[in-house]
Amino acid sequence: MKYSAFSLLQNGFDRDSRWPSILPCVTPKDRYDIIIVGGGAHGLACAHYLAKNHGITDVLVLDSAWIGGGNTGRNTAIVRSDYLLEASFKLKNFSLELWKSLSQELNYNVMYSPRGYIDLAHSDGELEHFISRANAMRLSGARAEILSPQQIESLEPSINLHTKSRFPVSGGLFQPDGGLVRHDAVAWGFARSAGRAGIDIVQNCGVSGFGVRNSRINWVQTVQGKIHCAKVLITAAGASSELARLAGFELPVEMINVQAFVSEPVKPVLDKVINYNAGLAYISQTGKGELVMGGATDGYPSFARRGSFARIEDTLVRALQIFPFLSNLRLMRHWSGTADIPMDGNAIVGISPLENMYLNCGWGYAGFKATPAVGWTMAELLATDQTPDLLAPFALDRFKSGALIDDAGIGPYPWLH
Amino acid sequence: MLLIPCPNCGERDEGEFNYGGRARVFPPIEKTASVEDWHRSIHFASHEQGQVHEYWYHHGGCECWIEVKRNLHNHEIAAVNATRSDTDRSGT
Repeated sequence: MKYSAFSLLQNGFDRDSRWPSILPCVTPKDRYDIIIVGGGAHGLACAHYLAKNHGITDVLVLDSAWIGGGNTGRNTAIVRSDYLLEASFKLKNFSLELWKSLSQELNYNVMYSPRGYIDLAHSDGELEHFISRANAMRLSGARAEILSPQQIESLEPSINLHTKSRFPVSGGLFQPDGGLVRHDAVAWGFARSAGRAGIDIVQNCGVSGFGVRNSRINWVQTVQGKIHCAKVLITAAGASSELARLAGFELPVEMINVQAFVSEPVKPVLDKVINYNAGLAYISQTGKGELVMGGATDGYPSFARRGSFARIEDTLVRALQIFPFLSNLRLMRHWSGTADIPMDGNAIVGISPLENMYLNCGWGYAGFKATPAVGWTMAELLATDQTPDLLAPFALDRFKSGALIDDAGIGPYPWLH
Repeated sequence: MLLIPCPNCGERDEGEFNYGGRARVFPPIEKTASVEDWHRSIHFASHEQGQVHEYWYHHGGCECWIEVKRNLHNHEIAAVNATRSDTDRSGT
């Protein structure tokens, strides 16, 4: 069924009892051309673009739990492309272009809301860095502005720039095209579109091994049995290092918890997405009125998906410094996800040491914004076996060759990225 | 939340500590170490069945670095030592 005003009206008369389910329930076949391990937004986007751009539909998407239940549904839904390094910027800016028309393309409202993203600088040195970042963005064709504290205040009156604070705001980098996208809708929209094209999506079907011979994957061992394949894509975020180990190689990635928090809903009070940079706290308000907040990683490796209380306290203290009214609100929910953070803090996308296995991992806590671009380019790689220019810098072998993409200039310390 | 039994101060909240990373052993700085050796020691950290050997700095207490053996899956801490105890530090 195509979603439209007419279908809404028709199903309204039927008391909403006849909406077809988004995903058909399928039993996997014995063999597929391509198996995508990981039913998050990246894997589902790849499936969608394989069908749409390349006409390949003999594809299986597997998830060990439910689609979009991992880091896709655990992020703070922010999209932006304010990166200094060319490789990081280009991929995320391509993504921003794709978000704009994604709802129409998928016939599914992903609620892209380009409300603007403001990154706050807290010293003259930091502001200078932001200016060079804004210049780099403008030279590459994106919109970016440097705002004074007064301009920030006029855009976002609830921000507190007046009381004496330990980290005064000296300005901000404003990306008007940045904003929010409803993350669950992205997973469902891509899954619905891929399913309608004939791609099989199987949930609750974890992978426990790979049949490897002569550096090739012949089959994937799942809880529903052995499934043969010509190509495999690993796109499993927090589980990617374990999957790589099952296939017989290591990834230069650490798994670290990242947490997010949601307050009780209130009337509209915050329009833009604000990133407070002394420490880290990023804040936005959902359409329902809840304030969504996130911070840095927990700061040490963990597979436990058990958040650190010290980080909750730290993030909320920083959020309160710029939005003191938050102290009146209660936290309704909070959760954590396992972020896969590589040694240079940037993603690993492309070929693997095995001939017919492809990798998309290491997005850490910065992967959601890149979803459609990763799906688009990964589908191209799987379909043509040619690495698209946008993905070439993200190759796994950069760690050995030294061509690292370290946006923050931190070094091989994933817990600090 | 972690409770880290500091050998100097006793059991303390993780908020008192800074994480200092895995105990990595680097190859000796001489021409015999290959690119592959450096790549392996900088970019890959071994962990046996989720058990890691790492450094923490107790900024809120004794201001000493300590060594912790921790399980990444359930956060169980198996052993804590003052630094420079039983690690093989050859080449570091």
